[in-house]
Amino acid sequence: MSNEIEAIKDPGLPAHVHREADTDPKAEKRAERQVAILFGISAVGTLLLIFSYVFIPQDLFIFVPVMGDQNAHQLGLGLGMAISLFFIGMGAIHWAKTLMPDTEVVAHRHEFRSPDNEREDFVKTVKERAGTVGMGRRSLIKKSLGAALGLSALSPLLLLRDLGPLPGKELEKTSWKTGTRLVTDPGDRPILASDLEVGAVAQVLPAVAEGSHRALSDIGKDAVLLIRLRPGDFQLTPEKLAMTHDGIIAFSKICSHMGCAVALYEQQTKHLLCPCHQSTFDVTRGAKVIFGPAARPLPQLDITVDAEGYLVARSAFSEPVGPSFWERNSQ
Amino acid sequence: MTNVEKKLGSVANYVDERTGAAAWMKKNLTKVFPDHWSFMLGEVCLYSFVILLLSGTFLTFWFDPSQREVTYEGSYAPLQGLKMSAAYASTLHISFEVRGGLLMRQIHHWAAIIFMAAIVGHLLRVFFTGAFRKPREFNWILGVGLLTLGIVEGFLGYSLPDDLLSGTGIRIAEAIIQALPVVGSYLAFFAFDGAFPGEAFIPRIFTVHVLLLPGAFLALITIHLMLVWYQKHTQFPGPGRTEKNVVGYPLMPTYMAKAGGFFFIVFGVIAFLSAVASINPIWLYGPYTPGQISAGSQPDWYMGWLDGLVRMAPPIETHAFGHTISWNILIPGLIVPGILFTGMALYPFIESWFTGDKREHHLLDRPRNAPNRTALGVMSLTFMMVSLINGGNDIIATHFDLTINQIMWGTRFGIFILPPIAFVITKRLCLSLQRADRDLVLHGTETGRLLRLPHGEFVEVHAPISPEKAWTLTSHEQLPALELTETDARGVRRPGAIKNKLRARMSKAHAVSVPKVSADDLKQIEHH
Repeated sequence: MSNEIEAIKDPGLPAHVHREADTDPKAEKRAERQVAILFGISAVGTLLLIFSYVFIPQDLFIFVPVMGDQNAHQLGLGLGMAISLFFIGMGAIHWAKTLMPDTEVVAHRHEFRSPDNEREDFVKTVKERAGTVGMGRRSLIKKSLGAALGLSALSPLLLLRDLGPLPGKELEKTSWKTGTRLVTDPGDRPILASDLEVGAVAQVLPAVAEGSHRALSDIGKDAVLLIRLRPGDFQLTPEKLAMTHDGIIAFSKICSHMGCAVALYEQQTKHLLCPCHQSTFDVTRGAKVIFGPAARPLPQLDITVDAEGYLVARSAFSEPVGPSFWERNSQ
Repeated sequence: MTNVEKKLGSVANYVDERTGAAAWMKKNLTKVFPDHWSFMLGEVCLYSFVILLLSGTFLTFWFDPSQREVTYEGSYAPLQGLKMSAAYASTLHISFEVRGGLLMRQIHHWAAIIFMAAIVGHLLRVFFTGAFRKPREFNWILGVGLLTLGIVEGFLGYSLPDDLLSGTGIRIAEAIIQALPVVGSYLAFFAFDGAFPGEAFIPRIFTVHVLLLPGAFLALITIHLMLVWYQKHTQFPGPGRTEKNVVGYPLMPTYMAKAGGFFFIVFGVIAFLSAVASINPIWLYGPYTPGQISAGSQPDWYMGWLDGLVRMAPPIETHAFGHTISWNILIPGLIVPGILFTGMALYPFIESWFTGDKREHHLLDRPRNAPNRTALGVMSLTFMMVSLINGGNDIIATHFDLTINQIMWGTRFGIFILPPIAFVITKRLCLSLQRADRDLVLHGTETGRLLRLPHGEFVEVHAPISPEKAWTLTSHEQLPALELTETDARGVRRPGAIKNKLRARMSKAHAVSVPKVSADDLKQIEHH
């Protein structure tokens, strides 16, 4: 090791090389002018910003090559601000680089470890002070203080209890009930089976009383996708097939993986794809997962038609919709 | 004495008589900062944070953090008459009616993206140069904390406008909470005040985004900088630079002007980007409703790796005893990131454990001189890149004419195969670079001048390198591996033999190097 250290010696800091502006008064003047020009450009930028703010209407669009149609107001403000800030920086740095001292300075470092006697003194002080309190002796105080502190930590937890209700069976319920009509979203129109042609897709929601408000939390569970295939395309168990109506099959639109809307339907392959994580479901096989991270098929809604011929739910979903949770019985 | 000097003098006198600050100020105004371009990455973090505070404050003057349903009547025609949350409507108002509002929104978003990029760049600089070594482990941990906070803060920030894209992100976050065993659905219901989405989360994450986390940021950044100040900045090895000194420019005036000027440059560049490059055009996405989504839903880049991991997870759930555990969410969403971030935070301690090096280090390592560490860093980066690529698999699929399935399977295997390959390649590259350094010191640089010798042979003339350069290339130390035997002197197996074995193996891997030029080598060369 010592061998290596001696091999090549530290030549020390290289000698300082003077800049042009250090020796030539002309160059110094020139640098000064350059800095002033940079600051001047910045001022022009601010003027551009003020001009854009006051005089360019907010709805004026102009064509800029490469960028296409641009909002002139926004572009003027932004460029003005960019110029005004950027050139203050350029000026300051040019000033520092050409005119401020550029000699490197050496400062010394000190080890952070305190001297041994200081450390001993510290330990002694702490012990002495602790001794005056008698922490070691008074175990009753120590234990009761510990218990009190521990218990007091419960109060913020308790006080946060009202952040929300307990889940109860909420995650397992949707608004679908026996006889609920399927209505279009948007539009809220009931659907005749004949409205859907083979290959068509529709997003539906459960019908609500006229004028009543539909909360987003309900849509988050109730959204359903209707797809019509040729009845012969299905490869379903008899029970699942019985849940379809005349080639129309209904699935929860809320992904069984992380709850995104499973909105991409590929007509040719009859696959449903979730745009969030690309879980892919095969519609002909009851939304079986054929690719991606989802572990369960989309729940299927049992549908039929009512006396007037409109599509209705024959029963509620038989399993919870949406992403998994601890209490979910998935067996 | 000029008038100005007199006035300044009396102000200084007034302050000093009340605080005694003169001595402290004198010492600190001449504080020395070493110069290197890579030290500016940390500055970019700080400055973009300041820009975030400024632009964010501007936005709060008009933003209405509420999920109250309103009908849009603003100036953006395509959305007129649509029902939406007040949060979304007020974001549209900022974008279309408030003059400079869109610019400020874009500055805020661009600054966030650059903030995160600079944090990652800064982290890589610190890692690859070994700046995290004693005595700077605390600052490394603070940095990992700031990175984590930054990811959360950024995510909450782009979720606030309540547009279709951001609502989808929140939906995914809710699913992760809900997937937690035992407490998941309770935590989700507490966080969202009931079933998703409810009407509580925008006001709640607003408070977290504008008060709680910025407060935490300010506190952590302050400690981070105070430690940098107190411990003095590290420096790269070179002539005249030692473990005992720090070489650079004094704070006043040179460093102050450079750093202050650089703030304006960062701000100017962000303003320029915001003027010409549209970011997060929420009016195109529409208001959030859980039943809808747009194709190509992508998070901001610093969340992309997480999304990519979730996308590539195999479809595994445990169904037993009436309960469900979603491994397809828990593993990529919590367990893997947890391991990665814990490992990153603990790395300084792990390295000093297996090198046995407990000394202070103020001179940085050139990455090639710590091949094992550099390879480890590139390996982790490769892991992240593979995840990130899968996070954009839908976009990549359409742009490169691939199928989602090809990319997904490629990354599913790639995540296991590519990082070790990257490790091996990087380590070999580092050793080759060490060898090149050695050649340079021994034989000098190629001059390009060809010489024809009397007997006809052509040789290239090499010129010796400068003593400064030679010193820079050879001043690093090469520690030998720890010698840890499995048994003690009497041949009895030591307790914790496996731990010792692991330590010895890691130490050995870390110590692999090309011997640097020694005095003997130089003597031999002279004989030639």
